[in-house]
Amino acid sequence: MMTLTYRNILTSVEDQIGIVTLNRPAVLNALSHELMGELVAALEEFDRDDNVRVIILTGSERAFAAGADIKEMSDESTISMLNKNQFATWDRVRMVKKPIIAAVSGFALGGGCELVMTCDIIIASETAQFGQPEINIGVIPGAGGTQRLTRVVGKHKAMEIILTGRSITAHEAHALGLVNKVVPVELFLDEAKTMAKEIAKKSPVAVKLAKEAILKSFDGSLCDGLEVERKNFYMLFSSEDQKEGMRAFLEKRQATFTGR
Amino acid sequence: MTEETILLTEIKNGVGFITLNRPDKLNSFTDELTFRLQDALKEMEKSKEVKALVITGAGRGFCAGQDLQSRSISHEEGVRPSLGDSIRRRYNPIVTKIRRMEKPVIAAVNGVAAGAGSSLALACDYRIVAEGVSFIQSFTKVGLIPDSGATFLLTRMIGATRAFDLMLSAEKLDCKEALALGLINKIVAPDALMTEATELAVKLAKGPTKAFGLTKRAVNKAIFNDLEELLEYEASLQEIAGRSDDFQEGVKAFVEKRTPAYTGK
Repeated sequence: MMTLTYRNILTSVEDQIGIVTLNRPAVLNALSHELMGELVAALEEFDRDDNVRVIILTGSERAFAAGADIKEMSDESTISMLNKNQFATWDRVRMVKKPIIAAVSGFALGGGCELVMTCDIIIASETAQFGQPEINIGVIPGAGGTQRLTRVVGKHKAMEIILTGRSITAHEAHALGLVNKVVPVELFLDEAKTMAKEIAKKSPVAVKLAKEAILKSFDGSLCDGLEVERKNFYMLFSSEDQKEGMRAFLEKRQATFTGR
Repeated sequence: MTEETILLTEIKNGVGFITLNRPDKLNSFTDELTFRLQDALKEMEKSKEVKALVITGAGRGFCAGQDLQSRSISHEEGVRPSLGDSIRRRYNPIVTKIRRMEKPVIAAVNGVAAGAGSSLALACDYRIVAEGVSFIQSFTKVGLIPDSGATFLLTRMIGATRAFDLMLSAEKLDCKEALALGLINKIVAPDALMTEATELAVKLAKGPTKAFGLTKRAVNKAIFNDLEELLEYEASLQEIAGRSDDFQEGVKAFVEKRTPAYTGK
């Protein structure tokens, strides 16, 4: 496995869990172009690595990510922004096939909130804050915020959050269904690891196909989604994991999944 | 008295001290004093040196609550101030900061604690009180509701029966009765107050700050889990009370030193 050297993130692997930690503490993990490039490279590396079954994306206690790097953008024009095509990098985050758990503490604002919503499961510390404050600086969310937030919390709440630019607490986010679980700040990463370990025990191929089918529900009709779900369901019957899983169930023992 | 000195802070032996210092006005809250207190609390929370905090008042009062003659509440005829807004910006952040700060906070109550001054003492973790001092829920005297957390701090600490009566009667609660109700920790001789409060603070500062902080977090979860929501609700209700004729009359009568003639409107 090739190991890349990163300047803006840290990576590690433990118990089949790949961990990416955003690491620009001086700027509360502002999502610069360079950081996003490294993040995508790390995620894709984990996606290819057979020793990794689940990915955790996290920041620090103080900030998951406080937003985009405004310094990089303040003097841009429409044309220069188009030519930069920065969101191509973001599209690659959503193409990752293994599940990504976001472990969030402190600020998850703007691009930070959008990055969280691109993940599949969200564990928040009690001190986490979510928001899309772009409106306060005269723009709108550009990395999926208007679409993903709306699908998760519904039109009216999304309007309130995006049009007022006000951030919400972890508990509010939990009540809105935006985050899976809220835990004391000292434990948010542990909680994410606990959930990651549980998922890592399942058949990796089934987990990937389930993720693909769930994400399909976001784009397209129910019919299209059901078709993908059914196709993936049938496809799993060609895997060893399906045979092992069902046999273990009938024999009343714990299954051992290999990903084949 | 200059603006500079209306609030004093000191850090010594792991203990942070905050002294409200408008003794000629019984340390009542002006806009400036509330913001200065917010800043001081933030600093004490951040400081790695500070492991326990003591809040007290200079002179013969602890804190008489809102200064009714200061600009955010005084008003010309026909102009009604937004009390909800004032509470959200000035008082609620103080209560939230004291409750959420994961360090023990001691109120060394040297003199009368009235209105928001009483709430300030109630928001703390300990109340060490000088003999002879009383607490007054003075809000309803001028047609307002108890605020800065008073409605639920008092209710959850001593039960609704006594709390409701104290709020509506706006009568003095003597420290001996407060002790019997479990509202305060200890009564001490006035000249021993700061020594006692400091001794307690130094002792707490030497303790396991993390465990103390986590204990406070658990206590908050048990009885103040909805702190922010309740403060917000109280502010909304005060906004309504602040628009009433009774409040106008209450403040006017207070300034004119006469009995108010309330209409219920």
